[in-house]
Amino acid sequence: MFQEILVHLGEGLLEAFQPLNLMMIFLGCFAGLFVGALPGLGSVNGVAILLPITFLVPPTSAIIFLAALYYGAMYGGAISSITLGIPGASTAVATVFDGRPMAQKGLADQALMAAAVASFIGGSVSIVLFTLFAPPLAKFALAFGPPEEFSLMILAFATFVGLGGDDIPKTIFSILIGLLLATIGLDIISGRPRLIFFDIPGFMHGINFLVLAIGIYGIGEMLWTLETTQGQVTIHSVKTSWSRFVGNLKLIKTYIGGSMLGSFLGFFVGTLPAAGATPASLMSYGLTKTFSKDPESFGKGNPAGVAAPEAANNSASTGSMLPMITLGIPGSPTTAVLLGGMIIWGLRPGPLLFSEHPDFVWGLIGSMYIANFVTLVLNLALIPLFVRVLATPFTILAPLIFALCVVGGFAPTQDMHDVWLMFIFGVFGYLLRKLDYPVAPAVLAIVLGPLAEASLRQTLISGQGSAAVFLERPIALTCFFFALMLVLYPVYQHFTRKKAKAADA
Amino acid sequence: MTTRKAELAMAVFLLLASIALMFKSMQLNIGWIPGRGPGAGMWPFYLSLGMALACLATLYRWFRGTTPQARSEEPFVAPDALPVVAITAGGLFGLLVSIHIVGMYIGLAAFMVFYLRFVGRHSWLMTTMFAVGTPIFIFCLFEWALTTTLPKGLAIFEPLYYPLYDLMY
Repeated sequence: MFQEILVHLGEGLLEAFQPLNLMMIFLGCFAGLFVGALPGLGSVNGVAILLPITFLVPPTSAIIFLAALYYGAMYGGAISSITLGIPGASTAVATVFDGRPMAQKGLADQALMAAAVASFIGGSVSIVLFTLFAPPLAKFALAFGPPEEFSLMILAFATFVGLGGDDIPKTIFSILIGLLLATIGLDIISGRPRLIFFDIPGFMHGINFLVLAIGIYGIGEMLWTLETTQGQVTIHSVKTSWSRFVGNLKLIKTYIGGSMLGSFLGFFVGTLPAAGATPASLMSYGLTKTFSKDPESFGKGNPAGVAAPEAANNSASTGSMLPMITLGIPGSPTTAVLLGGMIIWGLRPGPLLFSEHPDFVWGLIGSMYIANFVTLVLNLALIPLFVRVLATPFTILAPLIFALCVVGGFAPTQDMHDVWLMFIFGVFGYLLRKLDYPVAPAVLAIVLGPLAEASLRQTLISGQGSAAVFLERPIALTCFFFALMLVLYPVYQHFTRKKAKAADA
Repeated sequence: MTTRKAELAMAVFLLLASIALMFKSMQLNIGWIPGRGPGAGMWPFYLSLGMALACLATLYRWFRGTTPQARSEEPFVAPDALPVVAITAGGLFGLLVSIHIVGMYIGLAAFMVFYLRFVGRHSWLMTTMFAVGTPIFIFCLFEWALTTTLPKGLAIFEPLYYPLYDLMY
C-alpha cells in the first residue's frame, strides 16, 4: 500500500512539474498571497471570483491553480494581520493577537518570518498526512451507496449546527435555503420543471452554484468590507536586512513546537465542514499558550503566538481537501466552490476519482508539495511588494473586483438573468450576514443539493418508500448517530450553562 | 432602522417567502407516486417547511429577546457607512442596467469612471487608465482566450466591435 502511494506520488509530482502546471502553481500562489493579504478577501472569495477564468486551461491545471491559490491565501492572510493589524481573512484572526504587538515594537519582519516558516511547517505536515490518509479513505468509501452518501451529507450539515457556533435556527435556515436553491430548474429524475418563479425562463437552467458563491463572496463581501473598513488603516513599516534575517532564523527553534502542534490540530479540525481554518487557528493559539512556559508573554508579541495559528490555518486548508477528494463532501466553503468547479469540469468528486482520474488526483497532490515551497519563497522574497499593494485604496480595488464578479457571473451560463440573481444574492447575503445568518452553509448546500436529493430519492425508491433502509446500513446509521449527537450538543450546552447560572445565583 | 426592527422584518419576510415556496412546491406532486418513487415536489416541499419552522424559531427568539440582534437598538447600517454602501449597490445596479443597453464593455468603462472619479476622487489619469484598461483586459480574456461572447447591448453598438473581430479572426 505504502509503496503504491509512493509510485503514484512520483507520477503526481511529474504531472505537477509539467510547464503549464508549474506556471499555474506560481500564478496561483501569487494570486493567493495577494488575495489573502487584502483585508476582507480570503481564499473563498479568490476561488469563487477566479473560477470562471480557469476554463482557459484543462481541469487538472485549473484545480492546481485554485488549490495553489487556496494555499497562498493562507500565507497571505498573515501579511495584513501583522502589518495592518487587521486580519486579511477570518482565518488569520488569531495571527493579529501577537503579530500586531510585534509590528508595533518594530519586529514586523520577525513576525512575518515566523508566519512564513510556521505556514511552511503546517503545509508540509498536512500534505504528508493527506497523502497517507487519502488513498485508504477513498478505498473505504468505494463501498458507499446512496444511503451512505446521504447520511454523510447530513453529518456534514450537522457539523454546522453543532460546531458552527452561529445562531442555530439561522444556521438551519441557511442550510435549507441552499438545498432549496439547488432544486430550481429541471428535475433530473422526473424531467419536470420545478419552482420556475413567475415563469421566468432563466430559472429553467437552474441556479449555478457560482451565481450564489460570487454573489455572496464577491459582491456581499465587498459591501461588508466597505462598511467595516471605514476607519483609516496604518501600515507598519517592515525593516529588512541580511543580519536581521539571520537573527530571525535563529529564533525558529522557539516556535517549532507550537507549529507542529498547530499543524496536526489544523489538519484534523480542517476536515470538519463547519470547523476549518478559523477555529483551528484559534484552538492552536490557545493550546500553544496553555502549554507554553511563558503564557504571560502571549498577546504582547511572542513569535510562537504568530506561528501557532499560521501553522494551523495552512494545515487546515489541506485538511479540508481530504473529505472533498475522497468522499465528495467539502471540508470548507472554499473546497465547496472547488467541488462545484469539478462538477463543471465533468469530474465526479468522491472515491471513484482515485481510480478513474488518478492523473487528476495525484497531479493535485503533487502540486501541493511544490506549492508549499513556492509560497515560502515568494512570501519571503515579495513581502515588500505585498506591503505596498496593501496601500492600494479600496476605491480602486472594489470596482475591479465588481467587474470580475459581473463577468464571472455571466460566463458560466451566458445569461444576464444570472448576473441579476448574483446581484440580488450579494445584497441579500450582505443583509443576512449583518443579522448573523451564516452564509457558508448555504454555499455548501447549493453545491451538495443535487447529490443530496438524488441519493435520498434513490434510497427511498430502493426501500419502496420506507426510510427503514437507512437502518440496515451500519455506516449510514453511524453517520446519523454522530449527526444527532452534533445537533444535540448545543442543547446539552444550553442546559449545563443554565445549571451553572442557577448554581451561581 | 434599528437592528431589532431589521431582525423582525427579515424573519417575517423569510417566513412569508418560505410559505410561498411551500405552495409553489405543492403544484408538483409532494407525495409518493406508486411504482415511481417520491414526487418531484417532495424534497422542495419539506425543505421549505423546514425553512418556515426555522423562521418561526427565530421569531420566537425575537419575542423572547434571545438573539443579540433582537436586543440591539443600534442602527442596522452604521450611519456614516450607509452612503458608501448605498452608492456602491446603486452603482452596481446601474452597471447591470447599462449592460442591457450599451453592453458589458462600455458599461464597465462607465462604472469605473463613476467609481474611481466620483466615489474615490482619484485623478483623471488614474481613472482613464482603469476605465480603458479594464474592458480591454476583459475583452482579451473572454472574447479572445475563452471565446465567450459578453453582451454588447443594443444592436446599434455591435458594429463598434467589427474591427476587433477582424483582428481576432
